[in-house]
Amino acid sequence: MSAKKLVLYGTLLALTIAAPFLFPNFKTQLATLWLMIIVALSWDMTGGQMGYNSLGNIFFYGTGMYVAAVVTIGIVYDVGEYTQASGGGIYVWTWGQYFAGMALGTLAAGLFCALCAFLIGWITFGLRGPYFAIGTLGVAIAAGELVSNWEWVGGGQGISMPNYPGDFDQFKLVIYYLYAVLGVILFMFVAWLYQTRFGAAINAIRDDEGKAEAMGIHTLRYKLITWAMSAFFVGAAGAISAFQLIHFEPLETAYQTINLGIFMVVCVLLGGKGTLWGPVVGAVMFQVFKEATWNYFLGWQWVALGALIVVVVVFFQDGFMGWLRYKRPEWFGIRVESKDAATEGAS
Amino acid sequence: MDQIMSNLGLLFEFPIVNLKIILDGVMIGSLFALAAYGLALVWGVMNVKNLAQGDFVIAGGYVSWFLVKTEWLQSLLGVSDNFVILLGVLVAFVVMGAIGWVCYKLIITKVIERDLFTSLLATFGLAIMMAQIMNLLFGSDTQSLKLEYDTLYFADGLIDLPIAKLIGVCMAAGLALAVVLFMKTSRMGQAIRATAQDSRAARVLGIDTEKVYAFTFSLNAAICGAAGAIIVMVWVIQPFYGITYSVRAFVIVTAAGLGNLPGVIAAGLGIGAAEQYGSHIFGIGYQQAIAVLLLLIILIYKLLRQRRLRQVLQ
Repeated sequence: MSAKKLVLYGTLLALTIAAPFLFPNFKTQLATLWLMIIVALSWDMTGGQMGYNSLGNIFFYGTGMYVAAVVTIGIVYDVGEYTQASGGGIYVWTWGQYFAGMALGTLAAGLFCALCAFLIGWITFGLRGPYFAIGTLGVAIAAGELVSNWEWVGGGQGISMPNYPGDFDQFKLVIYYLYAVLGVILFMFVAWLYQTRFGAAINAIRDDEGKAEAMGIHTLRYKLITWAMSAFFVGAAGAISAFQLIHFEPLETAYQTINLGIFMVVCVLLGGKGTLWGPVVGAVMFQVFKEATWNYFLGWQWVALGALIVVVVVFFQDGFMGWLRYKRPEWFGIRVESKDAATEGAS
Repeated sequence: MDQIMSNLGLLFEFPIVNLKIILDGVMIGSLFALAAYGLALVWGVMNVKNLAQGDFVIAGGYVSWFLVKTEWLQSLLGVSDNFVILLGVLVAFVVMGAIGWVCYKLIITKVIERDLFTSLLATFGLAIMMAQIMNLLFGSDTQSLKLEYDTLYFADGLIDLPIAKLIGVCMAAGLALAVVLFMKTSRMGQAIRATAQDSRAARVLGIDTEKVYAFTFSLNAAICGAAGAIIVMVWVIQPFYGITYSVRAFVIVTAAGLGNLPGVIAAGLGIGAAEQYGSHIFGIGYQQAIAVLLLLIILIYKLLRQRRLRQVLQ
């Protein structure tokens, strides 16, 4: 790694750590920014790098939330009784219980979602192109409907997480750093992954699956493992969201197909599909746009978001990084021979 | 579980209840089939998967609703609400056709040549926009229009059949028939079918495919709009109900395949009936989930069949 890169990464890391103190009034927004970065990066693992555009990654987010809730509540109380009381009973968590639940719940959410990805992927990876997108979208919608009819986890009313035992300002900081740590781990992980043989293999699947299979790549295995890794991080992010939101319900918050489920795709397209930095840049741009419209176009914010999706998808599908690669190819290690040199060589 | 068993028992104890469920299913299914036919048309002709299908349906419903609620037509022509409600189907057809044309010129024309995921996402964005604009214009309450007709009763009142629903089904059938005749006989219908078969060959033979695409998309929106205007007089509409119709349309088209009109109608009626049975047995909350699970089952079935084919080739 060159010295220039080291300085850049060091600055960004320092900024990440210092951000909640530099902007103390925007802790929640910054936490959401990290959530967007995590889901965008993990969507890009299958969507951008492997060519499988899933619209159902929100399934892992929602499932992660519920797994975290069930684990956190389950290690101290009886889940059925707890949801029956729906906040009416007196349930108290000590510091130890809360953080044990947080650690176990987040880990369990990630692992359970990875397992789900294996099972669902085994069925849905037979579908190609848009059928895969519709199939996974179907899984997410169906899961939301089924969970909203499942009384044991609170049904359509949703479920309440334990309150943070300390004060609220500190709670926001804890949530921010949890997201940030997960995000940094994910970024480092994918940066490493895309340089390995594994990364080359999934890129080969994206470029031509038939050829990749002919070259001896066991495509289904690679697809399943990639999606499971992606699901692990989305599930863990969902678990942290569950703690952040305190109360959530299935259709609008957990399995929010048309909000976060589509935002993560837009983030990646905005930043540039199939690039390492694209999802991060896209998530930042999207979050800024979202907060701006929420503040200045109240009432019309959703229309503006829909318009943004259409405009990005139709006109700027290569995204910011794609544009940058076109303008400054040398930054990406691509050498372009000038036109004169090419014609001289030909004559 | 007991609830489910007792619901099942009811079906066997009173076989006539089955008839009622199937009737309801056919009525809903005929409207699903209309939306699905439009989807299959656009999908087959220009290879665009329109996720805003359901929102066109709901928008058509609001056109009719708005026409009746403003009441200027009633006072201008001195006609009753009933007449305007029925006229609303025609107005929704025309207005939604125009909106579809605008959508085509602004968005769809740019995604035809692109990969399928692009059209899926672009129309998803369009769907969000349309639902939100309707929410801002008309509010988030559910709305419906009441036709002043009686209800027929059969089998000692076990089966009730409102004449309004009967009219709705007849209008849906009439519309489907008209569209089919148009596609079979008219010059434009021929051009559409030719473009669907091979757009390049159609261009070579002098068909203005751009015009055909624009016409097809606005025809699709018009069909959806008329379906929505029928829905508003037999059930209720709400700005965010669009996605349910989109999902149903996708289920039906995936099950029936493209360019297979009898299949689309059969699948539409079948899904309507299956959903009614499902919600009768498991409870109304599962209605949407059943439709989606059906989609998954169909996709898996097709996948397994493909696998078998592959093995034969080996």
